[in-house]
Amino acid sequence: MSTVYRDIITRAKTLGLAAAVSLTAFGAFAGSDAARADEQYFPLQSYRVGPYAAGGTGFFGGFIDYLNLINTRDGGVNGVKLTWDECETQYEVERGVECYERQKSHANIAAWNPLSVGIAYAMIDRITADKVPLITVNHGRTDSTDGRVFPYVFPLLLNPYSETSGIINYLASREGGLENLKGKKIVVLYHGSPYGRETIPIYELLAQKYGFTVNQIEVPHPGNEQQAQWLTIRREKPNYVVLRGWGVMNPVALKTAQKTGFPADHIIGNVWSNSEEDVIPAGDAAKGYTAITTQASGSQYPVLQEVVKTVYGAGKGNLDDKKRIGSVYHNLGIVNGILNVEAVRIAQEKFGHRTLTGDEVRWGFEHLKLDPARVEALGAKDLFHSINVTWDNHEGDGRVTFQQWDGEKWKVISGWIAPDWQLLRPIIEKSSEAYAKEKGIKIRTSDSAAAE
Amino acid sequence: MTAIALETSVPSRRLPRWLPILAILIAAYGIIPVIGTSYLFEAILLPFLALSLAALGLNILTGYAGQLSLGSAAFMAVGAFAAYNFNLRIPGLPLIVSLFLAGLTAAAFGILFGLPSLRLRGFYLAVSTLAAQFFVKWALTRFGWLSNYNSSGVIDAPPLTLFGLQFQGPLGRYLFALTIVVVLTALAARLMTTRSGREFIAIRDNEIAAKVFGVSIFRTKLLAFGLSSFIIGVAGFLWAFAYLRTVEPDGFNLDRSFSILFIIIIGGLASIRGAFFGAALIVVFPLLLSRLGALIFGGVFDSGVLDMSQRIVIGALIILFLIAEPSGLVALWDRLTRKFLVRR
Repeated sequence: MSTVYRDIITRAKTLGLAAAVSLTAFGAFAGSDAARADEQYFPLQSYRVGPYAAGGTGFFGGFIDYLNLINTRDGGVNGVKLTWDECETQYEVERGVECYERQKSHANIAAWNPLSVGIAYAMIDRITADKVPLITVNHGRTDSTDGRVFPYVFPLLLNPYSETSGIINYLASREGGLENLKGKKIVVLYHGSPYGRETIPIYELLAQKYGFTVNQIEVPHPGNEQQAQWLTIRREKPNYVVLRGWGVMNPVALKTAQKTGFPADHIIGNVWSNSEEDVIPAGDAAKGYTAITTQASGSQYPVLQEVVKTVYGAGKGNLDDKKRIGSVYHNLGIVNGILNVEAVRIAQEKFGHRTLTGDEVRWGFEHLKLDPARVEALGAKDLFHSINVTWDNHEGDGRVTFQQWDGEKWKVISGWIAPDWQLLRPIIEKSSEAYAKEKGIKIRTSDSAAAE
Repeated sequence: MTAIALETSVPSRRLPRWLPILAILIAAYGIIPVIGTSYLFEAILLPFLALSLAALGLNILTGYAGQLSLGSAAFMAVGAFAAYNFNLRIPGLPLIVSLFLAGLTAAAFGILFGLPSLRLRGFYLAVSTLAAQFFVKWALTRFGWLSNYNSSGVIDAPPLTLFGLQFQGPLGRYLFALTIVVVLTALAARLMTTRSGREFIAIRDNEIAAKVFGVSIFRTKLLAFGLSSFIIGVAGFLWAFAYLRTVEPDGFNLDRSFSILFIIIIGGLASIRGAFFGAALIVVFPLLLSRLGALIFGGVFDSGVLDMSQRIVIGALIILFLIAEPSGLVALWDRLTRKFLVRR
């Protein structure tokens, strides 16, 4: 090859590269869209690829479907249009932070809903400085329940400690009372992530209090190999196994349990191990498996019917697979949509029917009271029970129920159970007060909260 | 790897060596802080600086001294968690001291896991450094004391203070990270022209010949591991405390080690600048691509499809880069600038 020829090729290559890079740079930074009047924007740090895509597509699909329903059916919230866009995080913290920085430049942000404990932890400092609420429905940092210390963080419906308490209370009811837990053996199989580890101390505490023994075993992320863990479980012969899984870890756990001969009806799934995507891949290994939930599955509820009619009827549905409408994650997305939209609506009653600031939406969340009658009016009776968020209780006394997989669908097997909030609150306050001290945060009082 | 020459032996033909460095420093300290947005600092420059520094550390070990390591993320984790604990356990300790001690802790780990390098080479050594990766993660999740018994195993970053100066907000943290990176880079660049630096290269190019010339293999290899881990540990501190502001052990997984290795391979082995070129490509380019994708196709495809296509594009581009210039972006850049200067 002649040197001239090679030289031309090299030059063309470098030139093309330079052009491509500068073009990308221009396109990426030039595009920031101006804010329109009367809209409320939801930045969605979603994940549709990676090991947790099943949860991400279902949850964000349901959330978007509900926002679409409000826009199409009601023309927005009192005339204020809801807008959103998505930024892919793959459930990774640094991608979530990048998405936060990218999306926060957008005007009129209502609230953040990252659906990842790791990302939520990284955002707490940032959203507090920016004064925008951070919603971690059914998960999150437990002590952020204490609104005195975390004014902008809302682990709505169910924080991890309440989930633990709910599960233990349910096991007690199966044994015929809390006193019968004495001497029982429980194994907690948890996901190796901040989410999975969040409940380690509370299981230890409840074990001491009720006299059962607990052994907590970690499954490394993403959890598609659990032979060793289940062999340990077989040696220990526990009465129950609590599965605190996430994504692919759950069906693998159920299948491995079957292989090692542990009965599925003695495995209790937590609130992130309770979906169709967790049990269907496990086949008949999942039959009899029971899991806690804050929202029932199924599409028979009026609000779901309206989503099917209005949103999917117009071809605007977010789920590619229509069979997933009414699945656990999709319904959680719908419930999360209801909670976000109602917080905006409640805040609008105080501040006016207009675009609100993040701090005003925070006020809405702190007054988010949906009693069973209001839930029924929203078409969500039996989908979820109720919520009552106050300035200092950011969880809102959500109720839980238990569902059992019969091989075809989830069947609700309990009423709406209340976790033992009185027991948990002092532990939460101790932890949040330590955080306030470490960070030099002034603890809010009811007077200072009312004056805000 | 023997084909890679010492960087100092290829001086720029027209410009004095200090001119581009001065220009970059003026831009970094004078211009960027004025025009930069919080997105630029938080999402681009802070991860870029932290990963550049980590890559610089690995480049000393792999590029200059020829020891392949897959434990970089583990040393980053050691640095981050050590700094957190020094800061927490010893009240009143200046941050700069705990940073230095964190670097030393990482260096001690590096030397410990570098011991197999005295007997193993190449891929076998790489596999043995994997042990660091698994051990550190296991220890950090197993012993709650290390994360101050935070229930999630997540640590919160302390405020950044240096000589009584508070580095707050995105700009402050950027300047903090920038200063540390500049100082360590200058030290590393200086070191590579000293006797120790040349001994690294001697060992890489021919261990037996180096031994014959009186280079202590034992001392030099462990020095390379120690120095490299010190820098990587400090990079871990920046990643955790200046960039993410929170960290969990899983954040420092094997993927991170691989991406640091890819940075130096793509950027250019045995080159100080290579770490920065490679980090720019690995950190900045996917973001540009993803923003461009979201801008053009955002309404048409969902974010999952876009993300998948970006991976394909990035993978293809990396292959193209390496075919066009196997010695890395640094060599590409040198060719480009040399032509440009000659033309004038």
